[in-house]
Amino acid sequence: MKKFTELNGIVTPLDRANVDTDMIIPKQFLKSIKRTGFGQNLFDELRYMDEGQADQSCEGRPLNEEFVLNQSRYKGTSVLIARQNFGCGSSREHAPWALDDYGFRCVIAPSFADIFFNNCFKNGLLPIILSEENVDKLFTETFNNEGYEINIDLASQTITTPSGDVISFDIDAFRKHCLLNGLDEIGVTLDSEDDIKRYEVNRRLSAPWLFDAIKP
Amino acid sequence: MAGKTLYDKLWDDHLVKEREDGSSIIYIDRQLLHEVTSPQAFEGLRIANRKPWRVDANLATPDHNVPTTDRSEGVDGIVDNVSRIQVQTLDDNCDEFGVLEFKMNDQRQGIVHVVGPEQGATLPGMTVVCGDSHTSTHGAFGALAHGIGTSEVEHVLATQTLIQKKMKNMLVRVKGAVKEGITGKDIVLAIIGEIGTAGGTGYAIEFGGEAIANLSMEGRMTVCNMAIEAGARAGMIAVDQTTIDYVEGRTFAPKGSQWDLAVANWANLHSDDDAKFDKVIEIDGSKIQPQVTWGTSPEMVLPIDANIPNPESESDPVKRESIERALVYMDLKAGMAIKDIQLDSIFIGSCTNSRIEDMRAAAQVVKGKKIASSISQAMVVPGSGLIKAQAESEGLDKIFIDAGLEWREPGCSMCLAMNADKLESGKHCAATSNRNFEGRQGFGGRTHLVSPAMAAAAAIAGHFVDIREIEVSSSIES
Repeated sequence: MKKFTELNGIVTPLDRANVDTDMIIPKQFLKSIKRTGFGQNLFDELRYMDEGQADQSCEGRPLNEEFVLNQSRYKGTSVLIARQNFGCGSSREHAPWALDDYGFRCVIAPSFADIFFNNCFKNGLLPIILSEENVDKLFTETFNNEGYEINIDLASQTITTPSGDVISFDIDAFRKHCLLNGLDEIGVTLDSEDDIKRYEVNRRLSAPWLFDAIKP
Repeated sequence: MAGKTLYDKLWDDHLVKEREDGSSIIYIDRQLLHEVTSPQAFEGLRIANRKPWRVDANLATPDHNVPTTDRSEGVDGIVDNVSRIQVQTLDDNCDEFGVLEFKMNDQRQGIVHVVGPEQGATLPGMTVVCGDSHTSTHGAFGALAHGIGTSEVEHVLATQTLIQKKMKNMLVRVKGAVKEGITGKDIVLAIIGEIGTAGGTGYAIEFGGEAIANLSMEGRMTVCNMAIEAGARAGMIAVDQTTIDYVEGRTFAPKGSQWDLAVANWANLHSDDDAKFDKVIEIDGSKIQPQVTWGTSPEMVLPIDANIPNPESESDPVKRESIERALVYMDLKAGMAIKDIQLDSIFIGSCTNSRIEDMRAAAQVVKGKKIASSISQAMVVPGSGLIKAQAESEGLDKIFIDAGLEWREPGCSMCLAMNADKLESGKHCAATSNRNFEGRQGFGGRTHLVSPAMAAAAAIAGHFVDIREIEVSSSIES
C-alpha cells in the first residue's frame, strides 16, 4: 500500500452533505476488473453534462463548468473537503480508488459513512474527521483564497493552514501505523496466523456445523 | 456485570485477538461473493501467490450484471462487453480457486443476499460478509453481517478474518403491532425517516419490539437490509422460533444431531434483559403508515397522505439546501401531495424486496387488473431462480403478465442498473429497492422507494395510492 506521511495540498471544496458512493463513481464504471483508471469518471454525473459510458474516453465530453473539479483554481488538488456523512451508500471500493486515481490523498468532512471510511485506509487515502466548525472554517478560507493549500502531517496528526493555524485530528493507532509505513494489512494479519488457527480449532469443537457444509 | 447485547455476544464469539488500540481480529464464518467487488480481490491473491484460507466458507453467484431477459446463450449472450467480462471473470476465478458458485444459468443463481439465506448458507450466530453494503440483510438471522470493500474481500479470502473495531450498540424498538397493510419495508423506511441516513453511523443496530417479532423472515430481511440506509453497517434481530423454522431443512443448514446442537446453541442469540445499549430509539408501530420517498436520500420519506416539504421551513441550512436540490432533481414542487406524484415506471425486485412473500404481496394487488396506460415500463424481477420457480408454481407469473407487468429472470436489475435494465432520464419510478440516490436506477432517473404492495398499487393507478384504501385480492390462486 502507498504510504501517507506528510502532504501539502490544494484544497477542493465540495459543498454538499450525504455525498454517496453512486455520486463518487456511478455504477457503469464498476464493471472494470482493475483497480485503476477510475479517476476520469470521479463524480461523473456532476462533472460532465452527458451520461458517461464504461470504456469511453472522456476527452471531448461536455463539462459542467460550475462543478469544482472543472474550475482551474483547483487544478492539481489533492485534498477534498465536504459536508457530513461523506461516502454513504454502497461498499464499492471503487470510490476511494477513483479519488486516489484522480489525485486525492485526503478527504476532510465532519462525518463519514463507516464502510467508505474503512476502505480509504486500505488505499493510502487519509479520511479526516473534523468538527463542523473547523470544516466550515476550511470551506470559508478555501472559497476566499485562490490556490488555498494546507499541510497535513500524519505523524503529529495536525493540519496547518496558510495562516499558521494548527488543527489536530484523531486517528486509530493501528491505522496510523499502517498508513505511515505503507503496510499490507493481510501480511500484518498473517503474523497472527497461529492465533487464527487456535481460534479455529476451538470453534470447530464448539460449533462444528459452521465447517465443511459447502463443498465445491 | 451488565448483560450482553446480541451484538456483544456475536462479537465475543468471533474475537480472535484484540490489539491495544481496540482494533481486533475477528473470525469470519461465511463470505458471499459476486462479480462486481471480487475480481480485484482474486487478482490480489494471485499476485501475492496466496490461496483462500478456507474454501468451504465461501459461496458465489453473479447478480449485478446478469441480464434479466433471455439467457439461452449463457454468459456469451451478455451483450455489454464489460458486463460479460466481469461475469466470466467470476466464473473463472471460482473455478481456479475452487469456490462453489451458482453460475448464471443454474436455478440456484440469484441476488447474493437472497441466495445465502435461501440455501441455509446464512445461519444464526455467524459472521457473514460480502463486498456489498446490503450484507446487513443477513443480520435478520441473529448473525453479525456487514458489507466490506474489495481489499477486505481479499483479506477474508486470505486470512478468514477481518480487522475491526467494535461498534456501539443501538436498539431500535418498534413497540406495538403494525396496522394491516404495513410491511417490513414501511417499518424500516419509517425508522430511517426518524433517525436519518447517518443516524446509525458507528453503531450496530438491533431491531426489536412486537412489530419486528411479528414479521416473517422475509420481512425481517427487508428491515435489516436497509440498516445501511440508516448508516449502520450491521442490523440484526434476535433468533426465535420463526428463525429456526425458516432455516430447518435448507441445503447447507446442519442436519441430525448437529441440528440439535446448533438449535440449542442459537437459543442464546438475543440481548440479555439487562443488556446496556449506547442508544435506544422507540417507535410506535401502530402509527406507521405506508411510506413513500420523495427525494434523493432514503431519509427523504413521508407517509402516503403527506405533502412534500417546503425547504423554507427547514432551519438547518445544509438540510435546506439538500431539500432544494432534491426538489429540482426530482422535478417536484414543495407542498404537493405524495399521492399526486405521477409515475412512468414500476420496479418490483432487489435484495430488499424480491422474495416469495414480496412476489405474493404484489400479485395480490394486481390480480385481475391492468396497469395504467401512463406506465411505460413495469417489471417484476424475482430474487433467485428458485423463487421464480416457486412463484410460477403458484401462478404468480401469469397474474403479473395478465396485468401488463414483465416477468423477468433473477438478478439485481434496475435497483442499480448495472445490467441493461435502466430507468430512463426524467422518469419517475415506484421501486421496491433500497436507494433513491441521483442516477441510481439510471442517468437522470427519479426513484421513489415503497413496499411491493404499494408499488403494485401504483402500477394500477399510475400514481401513489394508499394500499389500505384499495381492494386486494384475498386469494392469489388462479
